[in-house]
Amino acid sequence: MPYPANYRYTREHEWISVNGKTGSIGITDYAQNSLGDIVYVDAPKVGAQVTAAKPFGSVESVKAVSDLYSPVSGAVTQVNESLKTEPDKINAAPHETWIIQVELSNPAELDSLLDAAAYEKFIAEETGS
Amino acid sequence: MATNSPSPGPRTTGKVRPHQTQNEALLFEKSSPGKRAYKLPSLDVPPVNPASLLGAALRTQAPLLPELSEIEIIRHFTRLSTWNYAIDLGMYPLGSCTMKYNPRVNEFVARIEGLADAHPYRPESLAQGILEIFDLLERCLLDITGMEAITLQPAAGAHGEFTGILLTRAWHESRGNPRHKILIPDSAHGTNPATAAICGYEVENLKSNADGGIDLEALARQVTGETAALMLTNPSTLGVFENQIHKIADILHDKGALLYMDGANMNALVGKVRPGDFGVDVMHLNLHKTFSTPHGGGGPGSGPVACKRFLEPFLPIPVLVRSQMATEVGAPGPGSPRTGLGPWGGDPSHLGTREGTASAPAEWEEFDADQSEIEAGPLFRAPFFDPSTGERVGDDDPMPLHAGAPGPGSPRTGLGPWGGDPSPLGTGETQSKSPLHWDYNRPHSVGRVRAFYGNTGMFIRALAYILANGPDGLRQTTEDAVLNANYIRKKLEDIYELPYNTPSMHEVVFSDRRQAARGVKTGDIAKRLIDYGFHPYTVSFPLIVPGALMIEPTESESVEELDLFIAAMRSIAHEAETAPELIKNAPHSTRVSRLDEVQAARKPILRWKPPA
Repeated sequence: MPYPANYRYTREHEWISVNGKTGSIGITDYAQNSLGDIVYVDAPKVGAQVTAAKPFGSVESVKAVSDLYSPVSGAVTQVNESLKTEPDKINAAPHETWIIQVELSNPAELDSLLDAAAYEKFIAEETGS
Repeated sequence: MATNSPSPGPRTTGKVRPHQTQNEALLFEKSSPGKRAYKLPSLDVPPVNPASLLGAALRTQAPLLPELSEIEIIRHFTRLSTWNYAIDLGMYPLGSCTMKYNPRVNEFVARIEGLADAHPYRPESLAQGILEIFDLLERCLLDITGMEAITLQPAAGAHGEFTGILLTRAWHESRGNPRHKILIPDSAHGTNPATAAICGYEVENLKSNADGGIDLEALARQVTGETAALMLTNPSTLGVFENQIHKIADILHDKGALLYMDGANMNALVGKVRPGDFGVDVMHLNLHKTFSTPHGGGGPGSGPVACKRFLEPFLPIPVLVRSQMATEVGAPGPGSPRTGLGPWGGDPSHLGTREGTASAPAEWEEFDADQSEIEAGPLFRAPFFDPSTGERVGDDDPMPLHAGAPGPGSPRTGLGPWGGDPSPLGTGETQSKSPLHWDYNRPHSVGRVRAFYGNTGMFIRALAYILANGPDGLRQTTEDAVLNANYIRKKLEDIYELPYNTPSMHEVVFSDRRQAARGVKTGDIAKRLIDYGFHPYTVSFPLIVPGALMIEPTESESVEELDLFIAAMRSIAHEAETAPELIKNAPHSTRVSRLDEVQAARKPILRWKPPA
């Protein structure tokens, strides 16, 4: 699955898609594939503050529970409520399924994230392929 | 004419097949109104009105409980019991779990009347026998680990971790700063970060190097004055021994941080090397792994925590101490160190108090000499808390922590149990020993972590195992466990991918990479293994190996059983090439075939409800 060129990525396998001051955050195809079938998403509430490179929630698969790391700092403006009943949407369409939306408090943080090419290179190193 | 093909559903109860092959209905489903498993005699005392006694608490409707006869209940549970897979039925190669045989002699000893009937409220003066068992086990475990003080209280490994990190925190607090983070390698057991978090620490991840071990440079960068400890499993969850462990300890100690060792994999070390000698400050053991007490099915587990002397003031209460004089029976005064006991019946004259690093038994010295890379001398130079004065000392003091006289209530010293005549306990020596008692007067203790004294039945079994094997026997079990894992590795490494080439200790980790190319993943292979009559290995762990197959045979397996397992694994690898669907839908020989784990996790049915 291609990694959208207009997204930015973390080394913890989250993506962020920015529109104005709002960033949508999800997990990558590599992440959902490593985790396997996702059964539960633990997301913060609207209004919560998230911090770049710190956990903001977790995602649970049949195999494991993994922390979700925020690519940026800011306040949560929306939470994808549909994941409560349909967490498998992340498996089916990882790059279209955002988990939270955040109003960026420091857009300069985006500069330290990976672009699609750098992220693909990173996961190739991770898997040794 | 329509034909009704009799398709056996999940709740088939027809008497066409023996019970082993058919599913079993729930007791609720078998219930029929009015059936009873008891018959009471007619009332021969004046009846009372329950409402007058219970008032508003009186139930107006009977609870919805299944109604069955006694034999129906007995058959139900007996049938279920025949579905179990157990170490007594075959190999149980769950990596990281050390599912070894539970010797029958353990059970024999644990059922001896005086031990089986011991009660925790029995006065100490009448419980000296069982306290001697606690004492002897404590000293054997200290000698095996090279540590200096111990608590047997924790009820399992994760509980031991919790206790060990509480000690770590209490020690840091006594020095003025609990610190705020704990380092945990990415190969760690999931319980490690959970422990750190529940003890109020922030978890910082430590990436493994290309060999699957600790990256010393990364460690040196990440350890700061705010690092409370590193929680390390050695051998790691990849079954790899951290051969830089002494340097890891130095890096931590230079910054005043502690080295916690998760003892889950002690079955690779017993009788060979001692964590206390390679710089570990605090660790837990799993009696239900390494020391052959029952595992699974509720065990219960047991996770003793051993530490260096500077952590001893913080141990959970009560601590077992030996009174100074026999006249102190029943009058617990300040405990004195239990000295010179020689649990194996040895000559007490060579059992000095343990000062400095605990002395290794003579027969281990040759091995120690081979480890010349491990530097001699004090491993820990940070300031410490002096239990005898209650003061912090040594901020600039190069004195090793474990030197100096033990303070009041210090643990027993002078062990050397592995050197002497291996005839334990029967010398009449017990009669002349001072009595043991529980010391509760420990102002720096982290408090109790368990009711009473721990899972006593497991202490008896573990001690039976240790005494039955003796030092040479335990060393042999370690060697056999490592040999068995490496035998499997050699026989399977041509068809299953080895993600790390570092030498294996007691377990081997493969990846499903080659089979995954055919759509067959580690979980599928594990389920197919059930068809071959084996319990699955550990799947998808450690997380740093994608598609991990983690196999730990333990020393219990004969080469014949290992060969059967290897043949099954090779056959499955062949099926992955020729008939992958067979594996992806496995198991086929079981009462129910592939269960929908995802659906079970997403939409769990947690209780039975009566049909509407």
